[in-house]
Amino acid sequence: MPSESPLLQIQDLSTHYGPIQALNKVSLEVEQGELVAMVGANGAGKTTLLHTLSGVLTPSGGEILFDGRHITRLASHQIVGAGICHVPEGRQVFPPLSVDDNLRLGAYAVRRDKEWVESELASIYEMFPILKERSRQTAGTLSGGQQQMLAIGRALLGRPRLLLLDEPSMGLAPLLVEEIFRVIQGLNKKGVTILLVEQNARAALGIANRGYVLETGRVVLSASSSDLLADEAVRKAYLGY
Amino acid sequence: MFDQILQFVLTGVTVGATYALVALGFSIIYNASDVVNFAQGEFVMMGAMSAIAMSAGDGIPVFLSLPLAVLVTIGVGILLQRFAIAPARGASVVTTIIITIGASIFLRGVALLLWGKSIFAMPHFSGEQPIHIGKATLLPQNLWVMGGAAFLVLGVHWFFNHTTLGKAILACSCNRTAAQLVGINVGMMMLIAYGLSAFLGAMAGILVTPITFTSYDAGVMLGLKGFSAAILGGFGNPMGAVAGGILLGLIESLAAGLISSGYKDAIGFIILLLVLFFRPSGLFGKATSERV
Repeated sequence: MPSESPLLQIQDLSTHYGPIQALNKVSLEVEQGELVAMVGANGAGKTTLLHTLSGVLTPSGGEILFDGRHITRLASHQIVGAGICHVPEGRQVFPPLSVDDNLRLGAYAVRRDKEWVESELASIYEMFPILKERSRQTAGTLSGGQQQMLAIGRALLGRPRLLLLDEPSMGLAPLLVEEIFRVIQGLNKKGVTILLVEQNARAALGIANRGYVLETGRVVLSASSSDLLADEAVRKAYLGY
Repeated sequence: MFDQILQFVLTGVTVGATYALVALGFSIIYNASDVVNFAQGEFVMMGAMSAIAMSAGDGIPVFLSLPLAVLVTIGVGILLQRFAIAPARGASVVTTIIITIGASIFLRGVALLLWGKSIFAMPHFSGEQPIHIGKATLLPQNLWVMGGAAFLVLGVHWFFNHTTLGKAILACSCNRTAAQLVGINVGMMMLIAYGLSAFLGAMAGILVTPITFTSYDAGVMLGLKGFSAAILGGFGNPMGAVAGGILLGLIESLAAGLISSGYKDAIGFIILLLVLFFRPSGLFGKATSERV
């Protein structure tokens, strides 16, 4: 493993929806073990960036290097196989399937390593006891916060080397937001490298090492979280004071 | 009177079992890809016709031609998905319906060119000695149809509830993007779903053709009846489709016997219309609840 180069390196990445450009030459890096936040308003291109990273969307230009390897035009299942796991915006659990099935499907790419899957499943259930309690219920019956835990657990079962989180706080009550962010911070402390995309800039920058600010498809700022939190423009635009 | 009714019921369940397999094929494809595949009946025809063709004259023995015919039909289903449905991904429901109707006309045309307009028979699996139940009679082939269909339905149920592959296909049907994001190869799952539907169609054709005979256009009516059965049971509910199939077969058979056989097909479609008017979600269709 080349330890010199960052785990994720994005260079001049552009993505179009038909004639509309949603990402404009975005470049960013995530080092091994880091928690990086990408903040920006609704429609700035945050979800597009993650979908392009995961292979759901095909970029129109630029390069994505993961652990030194070009993954720019791989299919999504190959990207998951390489170790990039994605917690999508709005949870997107599989409502008619049981909680247990949802988690096990998260391990689809690594399902042949049965021993690892079982032990990881046990540790997810330990991290989120409510999921264990409801493991036989269908995912559609869970509350929003529980579905978010399920979505995070599902992504962790894919054995991520890089975890992508898309708006994990969306639609949750403030207390739950706090809990979810504690979980995210805890995962990072355990060594999971995380790219966190958030509209809730204060909460995201509060736990991240570094941050990027995305505006209409471009990275306009990149600095350490504390510098961003102190930045006048960022404060006005995203923190509301 | 009772014996007569028993006879109608036995016949109805046999026909219904065939409808059930076709309806199950409709549900699987609809669930996996939101496509109503009107070429489903042609899978039934293809299974039977290719088996007969391979065994005709000095052809290969039946025990070989049957599995080969099933494989040929699965191949047709996979090709249909790969070259007709997949390229039209994202198209409207009406567009995909037109594509599958086109595919069904194409498959009928191929069958017509290969085998002509004749009606073909297939040997019964285990003799034609009738079994008497009271005054009603049953052919051993009826038992093959009912048993075979029951076995396949249970198999499909098991596949979707107890295998990772089955659950992965279900995952694609509830949320394609989320399925991609957990590493499921969605394109592959679609091919498997079409292959599975084609397999069920071919099995239905092979099981029932010794009783009903077949021809290049035998799939038309079977496809429509299977579609009605799927609507009756609640479209997209696989086990509802099976129940709808059996029920439709029973109603048709009783109506043909007790009212008039001339109205047999009409009854099936009248039921379809009534269901669409009064209970569009079907008998067993359930509204799914989803919290956001």
